[in-house]
Amino acid sequence: MDIINSISTQLISGNDKDVASDTKKALDSGISAETILNDGLIMGMNIIGDRFRDHEVFLPDVLMAAKAMYAGMELIKPILIKSGISSRGKIVIGTIQGDLHDIGKNLVGIMLKGAGYEVIDLGHDVSPEKFVEVAKETGATIIGMSALLTTTMANMKEVVKILKNENLDGKIRTIIGGAPVSDQYASDIGVDKYSFDAGNAVDIVKELMA
Amino acid sequence: MMKTLMERLRSREILISDGAIGSILLSRGLPKAQCPESYNISHTDVLTDIAKEYLEAGAEIIQTNTFGASPLKLKDYSLDEKTDSINRSAVQAVRNAVDDKAYISGSCGPSGKMLKPYGDIEPEEMYESFHRQITSLISAGVDIICIETMTDINEALSAIKAAKSISSTIPVMATMTFDPTPRGFFTIMGTDIPTAVKMLSDSGADVIGSNCGNGIENMIKIAADIKAETEIPVIIQSNAGLPELKDEKIIYSETPEFMAEKAVELAELDVSIIGGCCGTTPAHIKAIRNKIDSLT
Repeated sequence: MDIINSISTQLISGNDKDVASDTKKALDSGISAETILNDGLIMGMNIIGDRFRDHEVFLPDVLMAAKAMYAGMELIKPILIKSGISSRGKIVIGTIQGDLHDIGKNLVGIMLKGAGYEVIDLGHDVSPEKFVEVAKETGATIIGMSALLTTTMANMKEVVKILKNENLDGKIRTIIGGAPVSDQYASDIGVDKYSFDAGNAVDIVKELMA
Repeated sequence: MMKTLMERLRSREILISDGAIGSILLSRGLPKAQCPESYNISHTDVLTDIAKEYLEAGAEIIQTNTFGASPLKLKDYSLDEKTDSINRSAVQAVRNAVDDKAYISGSCGPSGKMLKPYGDIEPEEMYESFHRQITSLISAGVDIICIETMTDINEALSAIKAAKSISSTIPVMATMTFDPTPRGFFTIMGTDIPTAVKMLSDSGADVIGSNCGNGIENMIKIAADIKAETEIPVIIQSNAGLPELKDEKIIYSETPEFMAEKAVELAELDVSIIGGCCGTTPAHIKAIRNKIDSLT
């Protein structure tokens, strides 16, 4: 399994070309796409995520690791789809209406994909109605909302209201993150969970989907 | 005004700068989803009023409402074509309020985009964007350029280089936003304080410092770390803590009295310019002004 270790090591170092060539080698030697995903790519992203959480590495390292992860994913994705291996779950994410800041949200998307979840990223300035509509359409069970501005965070509450009105609360769960929001704010507006960073978002998604 | 800002800093005076603009604009009717800098053209008088209030509170350095007025950032609102008039109106709005009773500081915030290889912006494009904004600010007559809230040192350097290439005489302040980690303070892009101080001062910044952050107590630690590295004048503009929501209203926990009390510690550290960031108001600036004046 040296090749699998190499995939995660190269991913952590952000070497996208090496991750791609190792992934190819692994597939050629008969290792399953699922093993490459779980023990190579996801393992590597978990490690970089932990290091980012512990402030051992910074945003550039995570972004380079993510590029490397995508390089590997591209090769195994067609195989995973063909063999019908389902993802660990679907999550809709986006930056809330009025807010154009998406670096933090992108990071959450990267970490969730790295953890094997299917992420539907609606981008920035996403209306509360859109979050719920897409979650219903795609069968996503979690909506993740991000805000950087104190002025836009209040729009997050609207998503909770819509879910309640449509009797979807409890079926579609909600997570919020971003500089101005907090655990306290999440419970004030009736959101299920607050996540303090991208690594924590993965832990919370795991918890909510368990 | 007889003395220039740099002369006064060299004579080791402590200058007080202003507080937040964005959070005040919102409380005065700026729609939530609207570009705050668009008000420079449509509501110049509102910005003049805010500048007046900060002047009356005792601020001697008043910032323009141009934090997000670089073309790269304005593009998010399809307003990049208006870069020049947005920046010029902002300077005029402050000029109308302060005449020559305060220094006008041209605010220049991050582009919101990332340089290659992390993002997709070429260094030339970043530089060009800052160059366009700062050209407008300087030709409209600002006294100093304030490159602020940076997390990527290369982006900060790009803006400093642009400012210095436009005018060899305009002073430049550069501030970065640091987070506490077990290994000391770092920007989210991974720059620590010694590295930031060295690179910013090597690039010709005349004043360096930190703004925003997570309350004034962290800022005191950051100021001490910066002062340990440099003789260059230091600026500290703290926010009034992190925002909290109470009864549908956004509040910042640090009161004018609390911040003024803590500003004494910044003065003791020999910080040259003390001001506010998100959540601070003319009342905060007035309290800081009174407290600092009472020290001498």
